[in-house]
Parts: sequence; C-alpha cells; structure tokens
Amino acid sequence: MKLVIAYIAPFKLDEVRDALKEAGVTGLTAIAAQGFGRQSGHTETYRGAEYEVDMVPKVRIEVLVDDTLAPTVISTIETTARTGSIGDGKIAVLPVEDVIRIRTGERGRDAI
Amino acid sequence: MDSGDTAWLLTSCALVLLMTPGLAFFYGGMVRSKNVLGMLMKNYIAMGVVTIVWVLVGASLAFSGSTSIGDYSVIGDFGLWGLKDLGLSNELFGMSYPDNVHISFQLMFAIITPALIAGAIAERMKFTAWVAFVALWSILVYSPVAHWVWGGGFIAEQVGAVDFAGGLVVHINAGAAALALVMVLGPRLGFRREVIRPHSLPLTLLGAGLLWFGWFGFNGGSAFAADEFAGNAFLTTQIAAAVAATVWVLAEAFTHGKPTALGFASGAIAGLVAITPAAGFVGPLGSLAIGAAAGLICFWALRLKFMLNFDDSLDVVAVHLVGGIIGALLLGLLAEEAYGGVAGSVEQLGRQALSVVIALTYSFAVSWLLAKALDVTMGLRASEVDERGGLDLALHGEQSYALSE
Repeated sequence: MKLVIAYIAPFKLDEVRDALKEAGVTGLTAIAAQGFGRQSGHTETYRGAEYEVDMVPKVRIEVLVDDTLAPTVISTIETTARTGSIGDGKIAVLPVEDVIRIRTGERGRDAI
Repeated sequence: MDSGDTAWLLTSCALVLLMTPGLAFFYGGMVRSKNVLGMLMKNYIAMGVVTIVWVLVGASLAFSGSTSIGDYSVIGDFGLWGLKDLGLSNELFGMSYPDNVHISFQLMFAIITPALIAGAIAERMKFTAWVAFVALWSILVYSPVAHWVWGGGFIAEQVGAVDFAGGLVVHINAGAAALALVMVLGPRLGFRREVIRPHSLPLTLLGAGLLWFGWFGFNGGSAFAADEFAGNAFLTTQIAAAVAATVWVLAEAFTHGKPTALGFASGAIAGLVAITPAAGFVGPLGSLAIGAAAGLICFWALRLKFMLNFDDSLDVVAVHLVGGIIGALLLGLLAEEAYGGVAGSVEQLGRQALSVVIALTYSFAVSWLLAKALDVTMGLRASEVDERGGLDLALHGEQSYALSE
C-alpha cells in the first residue's frame, strides 16, 4: 500500500478530485496549506505598504491506495495538476505499513 | 417640543451608537487572527465605561454650567452630576426635543471618540490599562474639549471656530491622543520586520459600511432637527465619503498598480472624517472638494508613520487626525453662509487653524501625560509572551477562530 501526497495549486483541486474518482480512488483528504518552493512569492499591498509574502497557498491531497492502483493515481495527479508553469506542485509517494478502518476494524487492503 | 425632531434625534442616537460596533469590525478585520477579540473588546468596552463616566460626571463637565479662567470658559461644572436633575423637559438645552435625548446623542459621540484611539494601540496594549485610559481620558480630555466647542466654551465664544459634528471634538482629539499613546506604548513586536497583515478584510469592509451608515446620524443628527439643514448635512456626508473612497482607490491604482478593498474602506472613512466638521456649513460642491482633498492627502499621510517611525497600527493619525484637520481648515474657506450661517474667508480659516492647534496640543499633551502615568503605575503593555501568543487567549481567555469545534 502507498500514501500518495500531492501539493497542488488550489484551483486544480476539483479537477484532480474528479479525475481520481474516475480512476477508481474511493477516498482522499485535502488540506489547505501554505509553503514555498521554487515559485517565488508575491507582493501584497495594505494601505500603501508593500509586503513580500513568500508563503504561497497550496492544497495538500493525501490518497491511500493499493500498490496496483498507485501508478495510475500518480500519473492521474501528474497530468491533471500540470499547467506547465511554475508552481504546479509536487508528488511524494510513501510506503504504508498498515491501514485500519476504525468502524469495522478491517486491516490492510480491505481498509482502503 | 417637536415630535419630528425628537424622532430624528432618537434615530440618530441609535445610528451613532452603531458606529462603535462598526468601528470595532473595521479595526477587527485589520488585525491578525490572534488579536481580533482583543481589538473588538477595546471598542465595545467604550460603550460600557464611557456611558458610566458620562452619566456620573462627563456630561456635566461638558454641558452643564461653566468654569472660567478670566473670560474663557474652559470646562463645565458638577451641577448635572449623575444626571440628577435631567427630568423630562427641554429646559436645560432649549432644544425642540427633550434634554434626555440631547444627553443621549452627545453620549454616543463621547463613546466613539476614545474607541477611535484603539486602532493605534492594536495588538499590544493591556485591556486593564486601556479601560483606565478610556475612563480618565473621557473626563480629562473629551469633556473639556466638547465644552470648548459645543458647551459654550472659549473655542466657540472667543476663538470663533465652528465644528459641525466633531472634526475637533472627535477626530482631531482622538487622532492627537492616538499619536501620544503610541509614542509612550512603543511599536508592536516585529513592526517593520515581519509581515503583519489584516486577517479578514471582509470584516473591515462590513465595519466600514456600518460606519458610513451610522455617520448619517452623526452628521445629519448634528443639525439638531429634522429639517433642511439635516438634509444638507446628510447629502454632503454622502458626497464626501463617495469622492474620497473613489479618489483613494484611483491614487492606489496609479501608485501601486492595484485598487484595493482596504483602500476603498479607508478612503470612505477619511472622507467621512473630513466632512464631519463641515457637513452643515458647506454645500454639495464644497463637500466634493473636501472629499477629494481627504482622499488624496490621507492616502499620502499613511507614509508618515514609516517616515517618523511610530507604529500607529491602523492609521488613526493618517485618517482621523489628518482627515479632521483637512475638514476643519477647508470649511474655513468653503463654508457658504446660505447653508450654515458661516461664510468662508481667510479670517475664518485663521480661526479654524487656531482651534485645531489648541485641540491638537491639549489632547496630545494630556494624553501623553496620562499614558505615562498609567505606564508607571499599572503598565500599558501586555507581556511579550502574551503579545506573541495573541491577546485574545492571553487577556480574554477566548479565541476568535479555534481549530476544533
């Protein structure tokens, strides 16, 4: 099992979610996040005072998947979230030791 | 007594009271999310404390009798302490509505004036010290200045300056006090080094809308009747606010490239401040000029705090002190006799200028001394830990936006 973590542009969330559902993903978590990467920040102006803000809003999505589905999920996020411009985000893939569905106590692949 | 006038003045009382919650949200949106309740409470508490002070002695010191130095009446007396002989008549003030309505109307002005100061000391002043400051400032500064201008004092009688709805008494008075208090209090931790951003501009715009709405009672009610003079003040108020808000965002677009929501709200308030002393003395064209001047000059005045390095956090000086001065001076030139009985002239400008200098100096000096005295006795500032963690939790034991339910 894998945990796929993707940091994407917030405006891509709906598109990525729909594409993942289509690809057979049964659940995901989305978290509003802020961070910085190669994409530089932006300037905000409040009453004439300009501030350089280097923390950019992002959405972090987490998807738990079976090993067989992982490549599809990764490529789906990759192609759907891509615009080609800086700030498209990153995907990280982590191995998962176990998954437990709290309601039923199911373990492993059955709990995904 | 006139029931129409009474109805309009009662309505105006409620409109002006609503300005203090409006101001609270105007300011509350501009602070960080950890200091929102601290900011709101510094405004709301004025509705509590000032009402008590006003009933006990404030109203009496401003509007009852006269205590003079030579020919100059500098403060009222204690004749009306506790509003004990207020009764139901209109004998005290000779208005076309009851004295209790007049005292209520004036009370709402007494409430919002110290509340205006709160924007300057945002995010770092102790609540207890603020309460003490508001109570004492109301007695030592607000009541005397209100007496000088509206209670038969020397600014009205000898100086000959006019102030329709509170350019001197409310805005210059609060703005000068804000400057003094900031100088004693010092800047917020991180001022000019960290990004200190408004946490919710929608709240600020909602607050600005409530202020604008309430201001029709502030200026329109200051005609003290439901008549053509109230109508003129109402119209000039709308014009100045609209022009200043528009000019401000245009100035932003030209200098920074983008018109901002905060700029629109700030410009509207600057225009409302500037028209306040003039609302009943100028006509539509005069209010247009005052609004334009307020929009441009107050926008420029924002840089003063960076030039002079004082953390007037939410720009009370740039908006209220500078805006009040613009209105108080320009009315000296732009007043038309047909509207409010005062004709614009160089002489009137001189009288207005003198009144500005007197109110500004007195408010600044007494506020500075009061702030120093409170700093020595009880301490003005929250601890560094409390300031870092936010005043909401540290001083009030509450949070505006908690993570869990």
